[in-house]
Amino acid sequence: MSAYDIVRIARSGSRPTGADYVRSIFSPFIELHGDRRFSDDAAIFAGIGMLGKQPVTAIAIDKGHDTAERTKRHFGAPEPEGYRKALRLMKEAEKFRRPIVTFVDTSGAYCGIDAEERGQGSAIAENLWEMMDLDTPILSILIGEGGSGGALALAAADRVWMLENSVYSVISPEGCASILWKDAGKAAEAAEGLKLTAEDAARFGIVEEIISEDGLGGKAFYNRLGERIGRELEALMEDSGLLQRRYDRFRSFGRKYTEKR
Amino acid sequence: MPRLKFLFKPQNELEKRGRKAAPLYGEPEKTCPNCHCTLTVKALEETYGVCSCGYHFRMGARERLAFIADEGSFYELFADIRSADPLSFPGYQEKLRKAEAVSGGNESVVTGTCTIKGEKCALFIMDSLFMMGSMGAATGEKITRLFEYAAGNDLPVVGFTVSGGARMQEGMLSLMQMAATSAAVRRHSNKGLLYLTVLTDPTTGGVTASFAMEGDIIIAEPGATVGFAGARVVEQTTRQPLPKGFQTAESMLEHGFIDAIVERKDEKEMIRLILSMHRREDSERI
Repeated sequence: MSAYDIVRIARSGSRPTGADYVRSIFSPFIELHGDRRFSDDAAIFAGIGMLGKQPVTAIAIDKGHDTAERTKRHFGAPEPEGYRKALRLMKEAEKFRRPIVTFVDTSGAYCGIDAEERGQGSAIAENLWEMMDLDTPILSILIGEGGSGGALALAAADRVWMLENSVYSVISPEGCASILWKDAGKAAEAAEGLKLTAEDAARFGIVEEIISEDGLGGKAFYNRLGERIGRELEALMEDSGLLQRRYDRFRSFGRKYTEKR
Repeated sequence: MPRLKFLFKPQNELEKRGRKAAPLYGEPEKTCPNCHCTLTVKALEETYGVCSCGYHFRMGARERLAFIADEGSFYELFADIRSADPLSFPGYQEKLRKAEAVSGGNESVVTGTCTIKGEKCALFIMDSLFMMGSMGAATGEKITRLFEYAAGNDLPVVGFTVSGGARMQEGMLSLMQMAATSAAVRRHSNKGLLYLTVLTDPTTGGVTASFAMEGDIIIAEPGATVGFAGARVVEQTTRQPLPKGFQTAESMLEHGFIDAIVERKDEKEMIRLILSMHRREDSERI
């Protein structure tokens, strides 16, 4: 399967969305709304839920299933308010030392005049700045598209996992091809060059685990994933050197993938 | 409504209809993209690259360094860190070699320590001449190291940003630099040290969405493009005309995302003043 085939699968409208994961894995679950500053961005589906006996703050980017829902959630491209809502809930989780699980699936942060004027760049920067010092475990799972800064703003985590057919990229293959080769038709080539698959990410050390898509969206799939998340959170909750390890995790790539000359 | 052309001044890259904003050096004469007057490089050198109409030409990192740091005070750090082309991306090696030749540097940022009107600081200056200041792993690594160095030596950081965003040719590894730099900025901040950013034309993408917007104090040069998504992409996606002044420093000021707009001629004094207000008695010895 080519990299671009995987991109197509990652984008497919038939995949489970972020909210499906949250509702299936955490029970009971209470949805919480709003950034307490301006509005409630429906692209972010978030709240508190139970994973066994452990309360967890779950935050998902949700693309929506049908046209009405997709419009409401603007296709899972969060506005600045979405990132601020996520950050508010993450700070709340820190206060109660509740672990955080994020489900990431976005083509990127919302691209619009209002989003720019309300500080899209600033909102993402603030999330990164805060997440790198947030004293509670964070586990992020890329379930479909991991589109650039808009995805990273919910994935500056202690552990990052990717679904088998998800992708993680600094730019869309189409965008890359049109900028580099003035030809969006060369997207497949760009996808190959960008090394954006889960396997690539694992090879670079950017993700710790690739999640098998066997039975994707079925009961057994969610049970298996829920159990796996539970075990990981338990281990992370006991780690007293969490923040240093999170720092080193993101610090390592620049060291590993540069040269001294 | 017909556009009154003679009243219309370009406010951002898009309104300039794709014309490239002019870099400062290279040819003996320059045409101002704003008022269309012709300027000699010699005349521009005397005004720090500012036209009489107020247009701020882009400066390469080396030129800016000579302008901003006290003469002979700059001590370059981490100059040997370079991109390793980790993805073996098609055509990237050639692009790097070309950028090295054009910019005279190894990467899209110059890092080190200096004094600015006598105030000691750690300094980074991004380079528009090096792949439009795009952030690769080496760019991020140099900036991260500078913040670590500054935190270890109780130094404030002054940073000049100019960037098209994260560097495509290094894929998700360049993306990770947004988190790495943010982490280092945060640690530096946690030590009670000052970080001052100066946004210059253009500051966009992953750099805007990380360390550019994380300064304690954020100032910008007049007319600088500052935004996250590219103006052209926003226009194409929304199919709406962009408001006047969209993604300019002036609009960022109006919307509350930067502290002040400072003309280039006043920059050095402003930086000195801000640094002096954050001087720490215990760092006097350094």
